[in-house]
Amino acid sequence: MSDNYGSIIKEGLWDNNVVFSQLLAMCPTMAVTTSGTNGLGMGLATTAVLVVSNILVSMIRHTVSSQVRIPVFVVLIATLVTVVDMAMNAWLHDLYKVLGLFIALIVVNCAILGRAEAFAVKNGVVASAVDGLAMGLGFTGALTFIGLIREFLGSGTLFAQASNLLGPSFAFLEMKLPGYGGALLMILPPGGFAILGFLLAGKRVMEQRLEERVAAQAEPAAA
Amino acid sequence: MNLEAIREKIGYQPFLLGVFALLASGALAWASSATGDAIAAAEAKDLRDSLSEVLPQGMADNDFLKDTVDLEKGGKTVTIYRARKDGEVKAALFKVAERGYAGDIQVLMAVDSEGRTLGVRVLKHVETPGLGDKIEIKKDAWIKSFDGKSLGDPAPEKWGVKKDGGIYDQFAGATITPRAVVKAVKGGLEFYADHRQEIIGGQS
Repeated sequence: MSDNYGSIIKEGLWDNNVVFSQLLAMCPTMAVTTSGTNGLGMGLATTAVLVVSNILVSMIRHTVSSQVRIPVFVVLIATLVTVVDMAMNAWLHDLYKVLGLFIALIVVNCAILGRAEAFAVKNGVVASAVDGLAMGLGFTGALTFIGLIREFLGSGTLFAQASNLLGPSFAFLEMKLPGYGGALLMILPPGGFAILGFLLAGKRVMEQRLEERVAAQAEPAAA
Repeated sequence: MNLEAIREKIGYQPFLLGVFALLASGALAWASSATGDAIAAAEAKDLRDSLSEVLPQGMADNDFLKDTVDLEKGGKTVTIYRARKDGEVKAALFKVAERGYAGDIQVLMAVDSEGRTLGVRVLKHVETPGLGDKIEIKKDAWIKSFDGKSLGDPAPEKWGVKKDGGIYDQFAGATITPRAVVKAVKGGLEFYADHRQEIIGGQS
């Protein structure tokens, strides 16, 4: 079983990454990756929702008939996000002031429904939770990475305002390139598409090289 | 009959949807009532914090959250908090709102008895993160450019963003947002000028 969980985690983080392989959740990806901090915040909030929604969907998977599963999942996810939104506003108010903008955006994140459909409805509760976590962290990593690149090229900073999100002890993450005006295009939507395009191509090339190397190593052994 | 067979029946589908809608409504109602008070308290604390932020230190010796007067502005009630020192009204604090790029931007401002802004802060907005959110004090000092301004200084035609011939900076990639804030502050100052007597004179 441990091998199975290992492959679930690998799927989520790399092989089947929400952004770079499934090309899901493009709307929040383009919208919030204007800085590394924004990407990180959105990613973490999404991860939390994804884990809980995967667990819930997996729990009710035998009760729900396939004909009405989509509306049921939509209601479930929308309710979940709204409850999280209210709870954070009430009890984690300071964090909410930073992340509040992103929470409502999670509802429109098709990756959540996608994982419910593709994984949680066919698998057990624990496996679904692991899948949610791995997919969420893969998403977080992708958003943070895109955000950092766009932020660096666009405004010459790294992790600006990270201390607002993570607390003052993370202020050391904040970096600024002095004397760099920034290329605004990178912050605007076209920059997002361009960066994503380059990253997708880069990932494809990397995977191809890896495959070739594996094939090249296998060949002499076979001969 | 086992679950497999029941699941395929036509009557089961609306029933299932109904049950989930009911559960969802129940969960939302419960969450709303459970968090309502805490959210209201957190927002009241936010209000007190931000009121103290726009008002320079030492301007008031009263509890201005309690010293209020309600006035009409464009069909809506505006609550004005009055900061007093030795019984005299030194400043008025109130909220104005203007439509921004994505929704209403709520602006809190403090105006001294001469009609000069003491401070402006954005309380609530839904502008684009990374572009329009520079109106927040946490992200940018832009909002401080209103400090000390009044209706006559700069001249009325200069009350705009630079793109419109005014004196206030717009943000790269976001003009509508700062334009709305400038409009909101100008509207607030005009509102204050129109009601100065009621705010300063009316003893509560």
